[in-house]
Amino acid sequence: MQQFWSVPKITQRAWKVWHRNLVVFFRTWKVNFFPPLIEAFLYLFAIGLGIGSYVKEIEGIPYVNYIAPAILAISVMNSAFFECTYGSYVRMYYQKSFDAMIATPLSIEDVIAGELLWGATRSLVYVIIMLPVFFAFGVISLPLSLFAIPLAFLGGLMFAGIAMCFTAITPSIDTLNYPSFLFITPMALFSGTFFPLTLLPVLFQYIALAIFPLTHLVAIMRMLTLPALSGSIVLHLAWILIVTAVFCIIAINLMRKRLIV
Amino acid sequence: MGDDPIPGIIEVTNLVKKFGGITAVDGITFSVYKGEVFGFLGPNGAGKTSTMKIIACVSPRTSGELQVFGMDPDISPAEIKQRLGIVPQETNLDPDFTCYGNLFTYSRYFDIPPDIAHKKAEELLEFVQLGEKRDVTVEKLSGGMKRRLILARALVNNPDLLILDEPTIGLDPQARHLIWEKLKLLQAQGNTIVLTTHYLDEAERLCDRLVIMDNGKILVEGSPADLVKQYVGNEIVEVEKTEDVLSCLKENRIPFEITGDSVQIATESSREVARILLDHCSPHKVLTRPATLEDVFLKLAGRKLRE
Repeated sequence: MQQFWSVPKITQRAWKVWHRNLVVFFRTWKVNFFPPLIEAFLYLFAIGLGIGSYVKEIEGIPYVNYIAPAILAISVMNSAFFECTYGSYVRMYYQKSFDAMIATPLSIEDVIAGELLWGATRSLVYVIIMLPVFFAFGVISLPLSLFAIPLAFLGGLMFAGIAMCFTAITPSIDTLNYPSFLFITPMALFSGTFFPLTLLPVLFQYIALAIFPLTHLVAIMRMLTLPALSGSIVLHLAWILIVTAVFCIIAINLMRKRLIV
Repeated sequence: MGDDPIPGIIEVTNLVKKFGGITAVDGITFSVYKGEVFGFLGPNGAGKTSTMKIIACVSPRTSGELQVFGMDPDISPAEIKQRLGIVPQETNLDPDFTCYGNLFTYSRYFDIPPDIAHKKAEELLEFVQLGEKRDVTVEKLSGGMKRRLILARALVNNPDLLILDEPTIGLDPQARHLIWEKLKLLQAQGNTIVLTTHYLDEAERLCDRLVIMDNGKILVEGSPADLVKQYVGNEIVEVEKTEDVLSCLKENRIPFEITGDSVQIATESSREVARILLDHCSPHKVLTRPATLEDVFLKLAGRKLRE
């Protein structure tokens, strides 16, 4: 048990792995920058204007403004989660990139830490691209919404850590579908995203708060973009920080167990 | 600390590696010295790759003493790996980059400044004759080109020790010869090279010294020529296996070995043995040839497999 909890030794070299992914990302920037833009427009039109014309307001807030932070939070979740599940798995298993990297001064801890940092960076980039669109449509308010950018990195790191735990234990790339459909999809719907958490039965509200990381990310994001700050932001932040630390540590230890034999 | 003059680049004593209940490396001891080409020979599953991975600091040993450049892989892996060049058995080039990109990106992992990395990458592409493929993605390379690029990649940090695990596996004869040529060149430049192979001609051609491994143990150690001389002799006479020949050999008290459908006689003088055979045993076909490492290998490892 202890091996899962020991704090891994990570060096500055982790950034070299991060940088490698960054270079590949920017070389194919057209495919990478387009989806977040399209996604922002799609959600705004389909859900915001479509459903929004029936559901005018939620808790006194225009519906589009209510869901805008949720769309940002879901994008944070998806980009980090899918990068560190399918993306990392392909690099680990099919491309054998991790094997190549640990033959250099990089350690496996550095490599996985670099992958996690990169997953968080994907979330950051996504939000940076979406924010101007949302601002142009007047569904978020400045300047507090700018804090969504650092929040995207933190939230991204949390989902990257969770994702990497699945990647470390998955027997094949196909079984990564389970966490995607059984964890990520329900979370995107029942975390106070498109309707308030309070509409759920009380028990489910507690479950959402206890085990859905997205609930906390959406809550903070909404406080920033509306804006509607409250003291509970500290609790949400603390929850995210603790979960991020725990899962990133376990992810690195599980990966070392998988790859170093 | 560190002042102790340690003779070998690699010093291994009683190295053991266990995976679960399986003992892959079973207490081996050897040294590799500066400037030599040291080979690990053996059938699949002999423990060669496990040994390479332990030396390369990517797999922890179960027990035993191990020093690479006088350092312990358990304590200073990054410092050791900074000075190693690794050619793995599996091709693990980065498919997201071109040939040049692979070398340049890999240099970054060694903290090599960009301008030096750039110069070195260009130089190495020429060295492995991939200059024309500079901007081609690695997926479009043939198997032989990929192996050459991996060799180039292993050289980006000017390693003090080059470790090659089956460097020519699955290559056609032309590609193998090109790799051999490059390795010979590196050897001539004074590089220390450790390689594994199950191609005996490759070992004979390249290695100054080698060990033959089987079942995790080192069976013999020495230079290819010495091993051949010591375990087989100078020459081999092959003759077909018939009752007449066998009884004739026994009559003339010539020691022989049956391999499949032929009889092999290891000797210092093939001429004499052949003459006796032709004069007394009336064989259909007699073949004489110099003894090779393959004969040593089959004598030592082949017999074991039959048990």
